Amino acid sequence: MPGKLKAKIVAGRHLPVMDRASDLTDAFVEVKFGNTTFKTDVYHKSLNPQWNSEWFKFEVDDEDLQDEPLQITVLDHDTYSANDAIGKVYIDIDPLLCSEAASVISGWFPIYDTIHGIRGEINVLVKVELFNDLNRFRQSSCGVKFFCTTSIPRCYRAAMVHGFVEELVVNEDPEYQWIDRIRTPRASNEARQRLISLMSGELQRKIGLKVLEMGGNAVVGYLQCFDLEGESGLVVRAIGTACTLDKLSSGSAPSTNTHIHPNTAPASNACNSPSKDGKEPVFGEDLPSSSGPPTPFRALPTSSSSPPPFSPSKPCSRQSSSSDTDLSLTPKTGMGSGGSAGKDAGPLKTLLRQQTQTALEQREFPFFTLTSFPPGFLVHAGGVVSARSVKLLDRIHNPDEPETRDAWWEEIRQEIKSHAKALGCHAVVGYSESTSICEEVCILSASGTAAILNPRYMREGCLDIGSTDHRFEEPSPPSCGFCHIPYDELNMPFPAQLTYCYHCRRQKVPDVLFTTIDLPPEAAVTGKGCLIQARLCRLKKKAQGEVNATAISNLLPFMEYELHTQLMNKLKLRSMNALFGLRIQISVGENMLLGLASATGVYLTALPASGGIQIAGKTPGDLSNEHHILTIQKRINDTIAKNKELYQINPPELTEEAVGSPIPEPRQRSRLFRSHSESSDELSELDLSHGKKDAFVLEIDDTDAVEDIHSLLTDTPPPTGFYSCNTEIMPGIYNWTSGVQMFTSVRVFRLSNANLTNQGLNKIFTDLCENLLKSFYFKLRSMIPCCLCHLNVTVAVPEEELIQVAVTAVAMTFDKDQTQEKPAEKVIQKGSGEIEEQLQFPLELCADSSSTSTQQSSKISGTVSLLTPAAKLCHNQLVMVRSAGVPETSNVSSRAASVDYGSFADRCSTWLELLRLKAHTIRRGSVKTSRRTQSLAHSVSSLERGSPLPEGRSRSLRSNRSFGGSSVTVVKMTPLSFLPGTRIIKYLGIINMFFIRETTSLREEGGVSGFLHSFIAEVFAMVRAHVAALGGNAVVSYSMKECVLMENPNKNQAQCLINVSGDAVICVRETDQEPVSSSTNIGQSCSSGTDGGAT
Amino acid sequence: MAVELDVFVGNTTIMDEEVYQLWLDGYTVNDAVKVRMEGGVLEECETSADVLLSDTMDQYRTFQMCERLLHSPAKLANQLLFQIPPHRQAILIERYYAFDDAFVREVLGKKLSKGTKKDLDDISAKTTVTLKSCRRQFDNFKRVLKVVEELKGPLVENIRQHFLLSDKLARDYAAIVFFANNRFETGKRKLQYLTFQDFAFCAGQLINNWTVGAVGEPVDHQRSSRVYMDVDLDKEFLQELKELKILITDKDLLDQHKSLVCTALRGKTKAFNEMEANFKNLSRGLVNIAAKLTNTKDVRDFFIDLVEKFIEPCRSDRWTAADMRLYLTHYTNSAHILDTFKHQVVWDRYMGVIKSCIFKMYHD
Repeated sequence: MPGKLKAKIVAGRHLPVMDRASDLTDAFVEVKFGNTTFKTDVYHKSLNPQWNSEWFKFEVDDEDLQDEPLQITVLDHDTYSANDAIGKVYIDIDPLLCSEAASVISGWFPIYDTIHGIRGEINVLVKVELFNDLNRFRQSSCGVKFFCTTSIPRCYRAAMVHGFVEELVVNEDPEYQWIDRIRTPRASNEARQRLISLMSGELQRKIGLKVLEMGGNAVVGYLQCFDLEGESGLVVRAIGTACTLDKLSSGSAPSTNTHIHPNTAPASNACNSPSKDGKEPVFGEDLPSSSGPPTPFRALPTSSSSPPPFSPSKPCSRQSSSSDTDLSLTPKTGMGSGGSAGKDAGPLKTLLRQQTQTALEQREFPFFTLTSFPPGFLVHAGGVVSARSVKLLDRIHNPDEPETRDAWWEEIRQEIKSHAKALGCHAVVGYSESTSICEEVCILSASGTAAILNPRYMREGCLDIGSTDHRFEEPSPPSCGFCHIPYDELNMPFPAQLTYCYHCRRQKVPDVLFTTIDLPPEAAVTGKGCLIQARLCRLKKKAQGEVNATAISNLLPFMEYELHTQLMNKLKLRSMNALFGLRIQISVGENMLLGLASATGVYLTALPASGGIQIAGKTPGDLSNEHHILTIQKRINDTIAKNKELYQINPPELTEEAVGSPIPEPRQRSRLFRSHSESSDELSELDLSHGKKDAFVLEIDDTDAVEDIHSLLTDTPPPTGFYSCNTEIMPGIYNWTSGVQMFTSVRVFRLSNANLTNQGLNKIFTDLCENLLKSFYFKLRSMIPCCLCHLNVTVAVPEEELIQVAVTAVAMTFDKDQTQEKPAEKVIQKGSGEIEEQLQFPLELCADSSSTSTQQSSKISGTVSLLTPAAKLCHNQLVMVRSAGVPETSNVSSRAASVDYGSFADRCSTWLELLRLKAHTIRRGSVKTSRRTQSLAHSVSSLERGSPLPEGRSRSLRSNRSFGGSSVTVVKMTPLSFLPGTRIIKYLGIINMFFIRETTSLREEGGVSGFLHSFIAEVFAMVRAHVAALGGNAVVSYSMKECVLMENPNKNQAQCLINVSGDAVICVRETDQEPVSSSTNIGQSCSSGTDGGAT
Repeated sequence: MAVELDVFVGNTTIMDEEVYQLWLDGYTVNDAVKVRMEGGVLEECETSADVLLSDTMDQYRTFQMCERLLHSPAKLANQLLFQIPPHRQAILIERYYAFDDAFVREVLGKKLSKGTKKDLDDISAKTTVTLKSCRRQFDNFKRVLKVVEELKGPLVENIRQHFLLSDKLARDYAAIVFFANNRFETGKRKLQYLTFQDFAFCAGQLINNWTVGAVGEPVDHQRSSRVYMDVDLDKEFLQELKELKILITDKDLLDQHKSLVCTALRGKTKAFNEMEANFKNLSRGLVNIAAKLTNTKDVRDFFIDLVEKFIEPCRSDRWTAADMRLYLTHYTNSAHILDTFKHQVVWDRYMGVIKSCIFKMYHD
């Protein structure tokens, strides 16, 4: 009997007229929880009833509290006939179950009807009294906090990151259960809404139990999805990262838009000797060694999400170092066994690997849904790993045992895990899963970034001594360390071009790096980033069952390959060398497949500059053709030059001397850009290798290739003053102002022409995406200078010949005047004061955080000093593998009704061939390509040019914060984990809402556009109302997970399902200016006295 | 290929003031796009016609959804559907209730009924205000009238509070409501030279001086048969106006009045001779207007009477505005010196309004 739920119905307003005769309404309310229902009195003849009811009390299990929503139904009393429903409100009471979240729900909720939309509002008060339940075998998991945010939430610190949690529940879909085929829309929709609400609750509870089992208290990066499998059922599944979070005192809550300067994050080049094993390291001697100029930073490097390093309450904190020793067991076979090249950091690396491996080994899946991490957490990023699988849906026979779906995902995850291993990585970060369903075919996809993580977050208590652990820390600075290859140079998973890191000169880096995570804040970046999208349409024959599934799985590898090629070309066209936040979506329709890859391109200072793109013709003798090629080549070169300027990519020049021997290909480096007159001889060189398709030597031998190149060039850059990215923050922009506009946009295109070609489709799809972006730029022009962040684009093929694109993003203003300044010092200064007081090992901390000023000085001066090359071996590449069908375990496949294809192995090998070929040609391509960067003038100050904007416009955006006078709380929404200019002082709980809207008067509501427009507006309104009722004023990490639109204009009908989620928070304006003193004395508290009061 | 659906919804509702105006002005989406293109927005923002069309459609949809709320502006502030900053809400409301002077001039004083609504086509053709815009404006008038009709208390204040309008706009609406309620004739050819603002000023004068509300709330208004309102003229006052007739029926009084005025005016104006010659005529005109105001029909003709009986004769005698001012001031004041004239209060209440109305109306 562990909980008492109390609800009070206060009043209603703006109710619809239910009685035509009087133009009034006789409203009353039913309050239902579980199987108990209470009713208010009827309030006669009013559109603004004042019920002011008693407290309705429900005595329930906490299990039910977690699963069930509170259901409030507003009805119109009718003496003679049945009462008419006005609408409903579902209130998720989960936030009240956690002591750290909201304590009361109180406010105006829109009364929602699935047919009529919002019909007035109702004022409700809800409270929960929880009794402690110490039963070990309980089924509830109250108190486990859930966060959609994919980083450590802003006012918490991660004491421990436990790892991957997943769960799925299945059920019959009420939509398909109408026995006599007579569907009553309202009843059906409400049944579905209620069921999904129940299932989400159950799912969350079950995941919570798993978290408790693991010893955690929170789930971060919680991602819940629905699979509407049609007649075969309804699947609700979720993944997340279990953590143990400690709340920071409100005074120390870090600011939201702070960043760590590369040179101050924890790294100690001097401490790379492995000899300190098993002892407390001696830090004093290391301290000054690497600092050229006197380093003022003794403070602990903290970032917004970083934890204060010590919490005395943890009992085992000091033991960690001794426990480490048992971790140095035999290395896992097949992992980096090829030999660590015998250089000085080699043993250390092996040790690190072994130890981390062990830490992660207990876990079935060392996956993390996080996309940004506490400093030092991510050691190396290997590259993107992804897996896809095509399945045939079958009826779920026993909803209580959803083993089939579990097995499917299990299989995919195993594959991801093995890909990560192939890349020499023991973990996968930025992990996500998705599905695309068309009729009975389902594509399951999973992707993430293979990575090596610092084990200290995975071991109990180790975090608490924080950086004392740092003999295991990679001897590479955080501004480039994550780029260093995690695998063995001599035993690379596939051929790739490695160079020594351009930043630290010690370790190998790949020529390009693709990841699904956010750009680490401490990463050294040149210029600004930009959104890069690859788009692809593939026609397929209509088919049924296995034939269809086969056709789809045959197409998949080619689509992935082409998307990858497009991404790579577009990256080169922008002179960038890394992708972050990569998300490849493949959507299946009846007669086509859509592929969309979105990522944020960036120039990582640590990685080599990109070569250009070389165009080659197939028939060099043909003069007119050659001329044509030259024109295209010129256009490409011009575009590259223009992009360099646009994104301010002016990497410091690397002279041969400075680079020295570690750079393997001097020929490439010395090669200067050739004039066009010379290019003919390049072409002939090229001919030798013709027949091999090259990534960067683009051959135009047929019209398709011409089209491809044209489409490459049709990507229009955003207008002046605009930037866009799909990651949390835009690389290169650091000074956000408070202007925020979150938006959702949906477009559906009807392909009128029945016999379209792939090429034609591609063009249409590309134009669709480009136009969509253009229209954002236009609509948001009053916010210039601004950046569209977290541009999350999802595509779908809702019907034959329809393409649907849905986007949720946020436009944020920034101050263009200081775009080049990274607000470096302030974070460090800030963290230091309060931490100092708790410190028990100040010395060690100081040691840890000194260091690495060399990086800074070299960066600023633009010269690169040559450091001793450490023998770290690296590389990354995109690994794309998909599986069709179930490779092993026959018992699974028989039940899963999945497709198993004999030819799969064959195709897989061809696929790997393709990859190898590609990797090979990448290298060739870069040899061929020119290196313009060399001739460009550069210096840090030269970054200043660009983005010349009319001054007057920068202030034109009005902040919508200071409304004042309005009776409705302003609730800001953002897909990011923070709001610029504010501090989150409290997380109030997760928002996870599912709505269905249906109409039988589509024309009257303004067609599909009018219908969806008002529905999205209603969804926003309901989210805002729930947040406001929890006492919040913002939603962070907001996302629209699902937007399924079905229309039948002939019948004047349409139906739409939307699922949204996010974290409700209270944030306060960041009033205090951080002291940006560069003082050296950390003895005095430099932390700003940030106010902890909520507004 | 066709766009089947295209929506953009911001958490903070995005509204472009230019597009809003085009929507209010009744432009179709396509016409609005044309206007915007002519405005050079394409070049300025490096964008295409498609984008402009899509943006315009979005905004039009938003406005249509908002329109329901704008009908009762108080709701706009506490509705949950659109998150609109208060200053934008104020702009939305103010613009929605704004009207074209050309249009309002046509319907001023007409009954705000279905019959008039049918004539909107003609008015639209005549004023070149689009029919859609005419309808909106007409419906606004009707809506305000309907709400205010049943309310007690000061008219302008009621309008301001219920429709959250600026003081200026609330006053204009008060004038429109007042004219519609009393059905003042404003459409005659002779009145064509008068602008809406002329009438609005006069309405303000009438509301402030001649209505029941103007004299303050009656102490016993609960039991009083008179409804405390300033939409209607004060019936008792209109009755009392009859008493003023003595000024023209009593020959002595008339002569005495004339001589007093003439003495005061002599040498002060070039039009003295005309004033002296026309005195009795003009005085008869003004007093007759006063005496007849008990008839609803004559109330309606109030402005036309003013023009015919007073303004036109003066104008044909080429009085300047200063002449008019001088004359009316002395005409009013002299009546106080007449010892047999006992209706000073009524006279002042009457002439105060007449004077300011005529000053306002005496122009080309």
